[in-house]
Amino acid sequence: MSGEEAAVEKPQPLAVQEAEIVAVRKGMFPSGGAGFRSGGGDTSGYGRLERRIELPGQSPRPYGPGDSYGAFDEIENELFGALDEQGLAPELAIERVVVHRGQITFQVRREHLVQVARTLRDDPALRFELCLGVSGVHFPYETGRELHVLVPLMSITHNRRIHLETTCPDSDPHMPSLYSVYPAVDWHERETWDMFGIVFDGHPSLTRILMPDDWPGHPQRKDYPLGGIPVEFKGAQIPAPDQRRSYQ
Amino acid sequence: MTIHAERAAGDMSDASKPDAGAPPTTEELHGDPYGSGDEHGGRVFTVNGGDWDEIAESLGEAPEERIVVNMGPQHPSTHGVLRLILELEGETVTETRVGIGYLHTGIEKNLEYRNWTQGTTFVTRMDYLTPFFQEAAYCLAVEKLLDIEEQVPDRASVVRVMLMELNRISSHLVAIATGGMEMGALSVMIFGFRERELVLDIFEMITGLRMNHAYIRPGGLAQDLPPGAVDKVREFLALMPKRMKDIAALCNENAIFKGRTEGVGHLDLTGCMALGITGPILRSTGLPHDLRKAQPYCGYENYDFEVCTWDTSDAYGRYRLRMDEIAESLKIVEQCLDKLKPGPVMVEDKKIAWPAQLALGGDGMGNSLDHIRHIMGESMEALIHHFKLVTEGFHVPPGQAYVAVESAKGELGCHVVSDGGTRPYRVHFRDPSFNNLQATAAMCEGSMVADVIVAVASIDPVMGGVDR
Repeated sequence: MSGEEAAVEKPQPLAVQEAEIVAVRKGMFPSGGAGFRSGGGDTSGYGRLERRIELPGQSPRPYGPGDSYGAFDEIENELFGALDEQGLAPELAIERVVVHRGQITFQVRREHLVQVARTLRDDPALRFELCLGVSGVHFPYETGRELHVLVPLMSITHNRRIHLETTCPDSDPHMPSLYSVYPAVDWHERETWDMFGIVFDGHPSLTRILMPDDWPGHPQRKDYPLGGIPVEFKGAQIPAPDQRRSYQ
Repeated sequence: MTIHAERAAGDMSDASKPDAGAPPTTEELHGDPYGSGDEHGGRVFTVNGGDWDEIAESLGEAPEERIVVNMGPQHPSTHGVLRLILELEGETVTETRVGIGYLHTGIEKNLEYRNWTQGTTFVTRMDYLTPFFQEAAYCLAVEKLLDIEEQVPDRASVVRVMLMELNRISSHLVAIATGGMEMGALSVMIFGFRERELVLDIFEMITGLRMNHAYIRPGGLAQDLPPGAVDKVREFLALMPKRMKDIAALCNENAIFKGRTEGVGHLDLTGCMALGITGPILRSTGLPHDLRKAQPYCGYENYDFEVCTWDTSDAYGRYRLRMDEIAESLKIVEQCLDKLKPGPVMVEDKKIAWPAQLALGGDGMGNSLDHIRHIMGESMEALIHHFKLVTEGFHVPPGQAYVAVESAKGELGCHVVSDGGTRPYRVHFRDPSFNNLQATAAMCEGSMVADVIVAVASIDPVMGGVDR
């Protein structure tokens, strides 16, 4: 993106959110308030209980020293400054900055992921030269942001660690590949494609890596059937693990 | 081993095309991934031992053909079920591809259907040569999410460090042993496995198992060290320096050993950084990067040890580096024994700590009779508490954490996501072997076939960890 374009676009103010709601659940059991499997049967009285599953949201600034290898405020200032210099408004590229349990995560909008990563790698004050893989997470109930990807980065130069997080919707499971910045993500992105069905645009050969080439589906998605069959035991049916009644 | 010879000119045979009319099946469209490979048009030779000359003769009429050798996945020198697809020109490797996934067991998926404590029993089986590193990384991540890192008792941390360092020794010994074996140096293999057995004996005494321990648990350890364990470790510490000297005397200046390993599997610092390589391969380029020093965990900042480096960036350097690291690990283990103070090995918080204590009974290891008496005869609340913790498990607040430890093979990262439940929402392991295997092509292309074996051995991949 050239500097002029970014100047024309107005940085949209961030929707200040207390937390990131990834699911709303009813009752105590995964099968929902209606009860156990085929409906009914939940006699616990918790059937109408509604819980929101909230991941930590935007953290208030300043972030403080962090309990580990951070100087988080410094990293953020450097990154935002470097992005500004390139004509990319940081508010456009970074959705949220989450500091949780002494670790900092930058939630990056996917269209700016490569530029942010390249800045993090090349800026002398940041110098995150080591990329430690790609890890997908599937939140089937977080509409529009179902698929998350976490990319841990490390700077050996400054002895710091940060994480990048990007999301994409199930309906358009595309993400830019970081291969051009960090060749190390080659297999990791193939694994994430294999397991979650996220297409990394720009990857040189996005093929399956752990599952056989002709395997249907992406096993780590939450909607992937486990394929377990009910087991009959002394006349009673024991359901498959994913359909079994269990606490959450 | 299958050799797949293709004619350089495009005279692929049409004979194997399916009959017109019937709709093509998946196999016909994509080829049978488990088939012999005939359908791709090249000539296929299946070799099970025997003389290479016979193969060369049967190639016969067109000896300049490009040869694709499919090494593995069932081949003793590929470290388990690793598949290498080598393109050869004479004996020179022109292209290397790595096929993995033959040992994929879906551990990460399985974890999502067990409670947090049961998770250790899965992760310990990933890289079966470094079980304690996976357990430690997983437990540190869970403890980070629980925010109880500060509450883990000192004794538990010291025992964790001790077991991890012993594990580093045993893993390096296997790397050296199998590396030697694959070059035909069987004495190295016998020495290495003999010494490793000493470590496994210690593991067996402490955890009850030689591997797959599930001994490190979220919040501490499964149980305290058994009586006699410290003495056994001291015996081991007294014996090991001599044994290591034997291996060093056998290999360090051995002309054949050096001839096979020096300059082989070269990967410099730039290559390591680009490919995300950590561990001995990175340190063999001279960069002293070790998480135990850079970002200590489990109290590593309190131990006195050096980060070993070597500057040759080759297989020989990695061998020497592993030998040096074993010596440093022995130093750390000795310091652990001095630091061991009596005390609890599990967090105080009774909502997290496993309620039962194990004891040896007449019929083997099980819940201690004191505990059974307590929950069955004395306290109804204790019974309820036991039942809830054991069947349901503890809740972990929502959030995610990525925790890394310096495993024997490099940075072992554990990404844990919780949705607030009693089971992991997602656990992902960044296995060092998985990442480091990406360097195979960079290390092998342009070298001889025989050097491929040495290069792969110097990466020290374990397929259980790679495929998970």
